[in-house]
Amino acid sequence: MTTISPPPAEVLEARKSLTQGQLPPWAQWSMVSACLVVGLLIGLTTGFSTALALVLGAVAALVVVPAVSWGVEGVRRAKDRLATLLVTLAFVLALLPLLSLLSTVVDRGRHRFDWKFLTDDMNRVVGEGGGAYHAIIGTLEITAAATIISVPIGVMCAVYLVEYGRGWLARSITLLVDVMTGIPSIVAGLFAFAFFSIFFGSGIRFGIGGAVALSLLMIPVVVRSVEEMLKLVPNELREASYALGVAKWLTVIRVVLRTAAAGIATGVTIAIARVIGETAPLLVIAGMATRTNYDLFDGRMTTLPVYIFNSNANPGARAEFGLERAWAAALTLVLIVLLLNLIARVISRVFALPTR
Amino acid sequence: MSKRIEASDLDIYYGKFRAVEQVNMTIEPRTVTALIGPSGCGKSTYLRSLNRMHEVIPGAYVEGKVVMDGEDLYGPGVDPVVVRRHIGMVFQRPNPFPTMSIYDNVIAGVKLNGGRLRKAALDEMVENTLRGANLWEEVKDRLGRPGSSLSGGQQQRLCIARAIATKPAVLLMDEPCSALDPISTLAIEDLMQQLKNDFTIVIVTHNMQQAARVSDKTGFFNIAGTGKPGKLIEFDDTSIIFGNPKEKATEDYVSGRFG
Amino acid sequence: MTQPAANSGSPSSGSPPGASQGGSSVTEPPNKYVRKKRSPVRLGDRIFSGAAVGAGILILVALAAVAVFLLIEGLPAFTADPSDLPGDQNFWSFVGPLLFGTVFAAVIALLIATPLSIGIALFISHYAPRRLAQGLGYLIDLLAAIPSVVYGLWGIFFLAPHAVPVFRWLEKYLGWLPFFDGPTSATGRTMLTAGLVLAVMILPIMTAVNREVFLQTPRLQEEASLALGATRYEMIRMTVLPFAQSGIVSSSMLGLGRALGETLAVAMVLSATDVVSFDVISSTNSSTIAANIALDFPESSGIRLNALIASGLVLFAVTFFVNYVARAIVNRRREFSGANA
Repeated sequence: MTTISPPPAEVLEARKSLTQGQLPPWAQWSMVSACLVVGLLIGLTTGFSTALALVLGAVAALVVVPAVSWGVEGVRRAKDRLATLLVTLAFVLALLPLLSLLSTVVDRGRHRFDWKFLTDDMNRVVGEGGGAYHAIIGTLEITAAATIISVPIGVMCAVYLVEYGRGWLARSITLLVDVMTGIPSIVAGLFAFAFFSIFFGSGIRFGIGGAVALSLLMIPVVVRSVEEMLKLVPNELREASYALGVAKWLTVIRVVLRTAAAGIATGVTIAIARVIGETAPLLVIAGMATRTNYDLFDGRMTTLPVYIFNSNANPGARAEFGLERAWAAALTLVLIVLLLNLIARVISRVFALPTR
Repeated sequence: MSKRIEASDLDIYYGKFRAVEQVNMTIEPRTVTALIGPSGCGKSTYLRSLNRMHEVIPGAYVEGKVVMDGEDLYGPGVDPVVVRRHIGMVFQRPNPFPTMSIYDNVIAGVKLNGGRLRKAALDEMVENTLRGANLWEEVKDRLGRPGSSLSGGQQQRLCIARAIATKPAVLLMDEPCSALDPISTLAIEDLMQQLKNDFTIVIVTHNMQQAARVSDKTGFFNIAGTGKPGKLIEFDDTSIIFGNPKEKATEDYVSGRFG
Repeated sequence: MTQPAANSGSPSSGSPPGASQGGSSVTEPPNKYVRKKRSPVRLGDRIFSGAAVGAGILILVALAAVAVFLLIEGLPAFTADPSDLPGDQNFWSFVGPLLFGTVFAAVIALLIATPLSIGIALFISHYAPRRLAQGLGYLIDLLAAIPSVVYGLWGIFFLAPHAVPVFRWLEKYLGWLPFFDGPTSATGRTMLTAGLVLAVMILPIMTAVNREVFLQTPRLQEEASLALGATRYEMIRMTVLPFAQSGIVSSSMLGLGRALGETLAVAMVLSATDVVSFDVISSTNSSTIAANIALDFPESSGIRLNALIASGLVLFAVTFFVNYVARAIVNRRREFSGANA
């Protein structure tokens, strides 16, 4: 019918040979390392700071690699290589704060990260010494209480969304749960304060109020992750259970929730890790104390994050000791959070559903 | 334009798993070559290895040679991106770019190659290509509509147009009609007969009648069992494969006595 | 597939199948049997589904309660006599500079974090070796795990001092821009530092959403562009980015929501006064609503407390709106892509 017209010149141009105009595979990354090394050398000899020298090296690489590629391989390849470098650079840039933060915390926190720090409180401590025992207890109790409140509500809400939810109610709950994950933590604290101060007056500060505030932040996280897990449970399992004559609620409890148990545990652990570092709401509703208070329902209760904040804001007569305590508490908190994240990964890895 | 492809001692791996072993096949220019065989026998894998598309799956690699007019596609320093510019591909399910109009879909490949054509030249190319794909009459007054507004058969012809717009030497088709109705299938089969004047065509198909209708040569792939690699059992003129095959397995398969 | 179900189902249902066999051999009409056997089960179902619905509704109630109680406790501040409020001014001129500071810091963070998060997400989804990708994702997620108070410490003691030379350079060479007017703060505890810390803090959530959307790009389309001879970058330009457009918008909104509400990092890093200033490297900075609450709350009482709560209500309204829009976009595209799949 129609014969096909010869291709435009540019198209033919682009394909003279399969191997023509190509940089060897090692070229890109050796050019990058060369730029970084040259940058470092210049930095060392001229007395620039190392960081600045590396930055200059990276910028040089961003110019040199595409330029060379443009010359040898043409503009398309040059753009491709520039994109690769930029994307890799973005990732490296994001890791820098993480590394810097972790090393700073370990470096400054290790001085006071000792047994005394973990077992003493701040009662009648003004200068040296003291510890964060009361804050650790406060953190554990308040977080545990928040978990006890959040998990049943969160799990049941997820069950509703996955197993029962239909129509506008389910849709709006889904949306609002998502919105709730974005509530500023300070607002959660203010809510708890506004709520309890109506009943107990505006001087009210107690641990359980902090737990309520944290629950507000924790529930949406639990709902989200449990929901994801429940959706992973194959429908065949539910149908198999119904076919055996098992009622729906028993199916949900004994088949669906049990199958998803590991995933739920992972999600809950992540949620705990998320709220255990919260400061703002506790600052508002749990207050600050120097003594160990074991009673959630009576009196001010310090948590580790508030302790850190306070040790920095009011380090005391000899500021260096207060700051040392702040960093040691930061190290403690970071260790707890990382441990929780590790536990979560281990749970999800070890007990993972054998899906595919 | 169209070129000869020779595969010799080709093994294709996904990680440690050898999916296809020891393929030797010469695909002549200006022919339609059909690849048939049961599901999972490696015919699609083999097809994708011809323009290095299988490398999109992590861990996939080949051993052996695929030579196109004297150049090894897997030789050192060969860029898979360049290979794909020479060897176009049409997929099982039509996949026009949903964010582009029909017009932009056709010129997508040409644009990539940096072709700064004048508008008139582009228009002419789009018309020629769409005529070449037997689609022009159906879409000429709605070139600005999104490609996804077309019917399945039209979308597939649009994808063929997109592939041939860059004038590849070879056109690979991976079960191009399996998602289409019989009338659209017929349209595509007619199209293949025209396209073979300009291109070397390799088509994977599950439909043996289709292979018999459209192809000059046919290759039959088979596997010994799950977990075993696929093999090219027999490769010959289509009339021989369907009329008087040498291998028992081929005869069983084409006569429907398979398994 | 059905094997585990049969196992986990059997302890609970061991007797019903046996009973039903026995039941069918008896000449009783099946209807009666079913009714008799089912009614207690229905009760369990009703209680359980009731509890589930209740938990769902509780979420709605909790959100409404947040708004209601903040309104009740904040209401007096809206009409209060200016002389009772901080700075002897009416509520809106009290909250105005704070709102400005809140939005300004968040926008700075967003400007830094958006391109970075797209780059990181692309690196993980399309560049990094597939086997490493998940681990690299965890690394980025760790950034979200670090408590904000620790970010605050790091901002004060590490980032701020190291940023001062950069700020000096900015003042010297870009000082003609209102943003870098100077004089450079000697401590480095400025709006830009706060914005940087916020950017790091919102990176993980933005990256996570972007990554998810990028990975949803239909494989067929990516292959279509690769088969045309597109380079990786061209493939991303042609298929991934157009597909992910709305996802990127909503991830930025989510990041914005987080940055607006972040309290401690800003409260600790910024040395704030109540001004409106676009200068991001000087020592006079606007505070943010959240930071102001955290800093002033312990010392406030009476009507000032109401004013702080009212400012919290303003913050809640702003973040609710931003998050709502972001999530509505995400959900719409989720349905859209689901319908197409």
